[in-house]
Amino acid sequence: MVVTVRLSTPFREVTGGKGEVRSEGGTPAELFDNMENSYPGFKELVFEGEGKIHDYVHIFINGEDYRPLGGLESKLSDGDVVSILFAISGG
Amino acid sequence: MWNENYKKRYARHLTMPSWNEDAQKKISRAKVLIVGAGGLGSAASLFVAAAGVGTIVIVDSDTVEPSNLNRQVLFTPSDIGASKAEKAGDRLKALNPDCEVLAHDIKVDSENAGDFFKDADVALDCTDGFPNKYLLNDTAVATGTPLAHAGVLAWSGQMFFIEPGKGPCLRCVFPNPPPEGKYPTSETVGILGAVAGMFGSLQAAEAIKFIAGAGERLVGRMLTFDALYMQWQTVKISRDEKCPACGGIKP
Repeated sequence: MVVTVRLSTPFREVTGGKGEVRSEGGTPAELFDNMENSYPGFKELVFEGEGKIHDYVHIFINGEDYRPLGGLESKLSDGDVVSILFAISGG
Repeated sequence: MWNENYKKRYARHLTMPSWNEDAQKKISRAKVLIVGAGGLGSAASLFVAAAGVGTIVIVDSDTVEPSNLNRQVLFTPSDIGASKAEKAGDRLKALNPDCEVLAHDIKVDSENAGDFFKDADVALDCTDGFPNKYLLNDTAVATGTPLAHAGVLAWSGQMFFIEPGKGPCLRCVFPNPPPEGKYPTSETVGILGAVAGMFGSLQAAEAIKFIAGAGERLVGRMLTFDALYMQWQTVKISRDEKCPACGGIKP
């Protein structure tokens, strides 16, 4: 499945500054593996450890919290928008 | 206070849909706490004052620096070296003499935060730094005080409105902050003044709506904006029953 990935500012250091990219994956887990292939260092920004995302990161699929949808094994469809938000402290 | 001059000053409120004299009177009796007189706080406090909020408490322990001036529109070059709280107080009083402005040149910490929050009808998190943001979140939850949370960085920002027990708090969404040094800051990736101004203004709008009981607030929703792409996004956020801050509060 080809999806749009929207990324908070802290992730853009590995995407060459891009805040929105296209990538593939049938689930967020697959998607993030593909993102890592395209943008090395990406998964370290998302994951604390195997299967666990950092406390300061949150994932949304089409604007919905990914956790009730199946978490990292949620089913993605063509055209879905996966937003990865990072806590922001600036004021 | 409800005289002809007052009606003239707030005439552009009084003709708004979802607004009336009662709403404006609620604003005039309200007390808003604004922690931080920087990028967010400049815009937030100016629009809270312009709206006629009865009492504005503004707290900041910093002094004005040259690098502040791209976004902290309360200040001018002549303020460099001066207390942000003091100058903010002066500017807000000049903007709207109807408001009582209480400016505190101190740092909000775990010792005094509760005292600031417990008297406020609503609070605005206009701070910089994760320790401050999580302290304000936890204090808002502990005191039951509604809090407009926002964060801005580079070209982007995100915000939501916390009503303890009714919607998610900061820890429901981001249970803990990143470790020091593991995230970019305004020193490393900057902040566009207009973005800080936008989110400060939105925080003011949420506070005003809460006080007046108008419209729907960002409870259970996070609003994000990316100025580089001119892209707004709203995502649904929900309470976490295991939240270390608000998980024990029954709806």
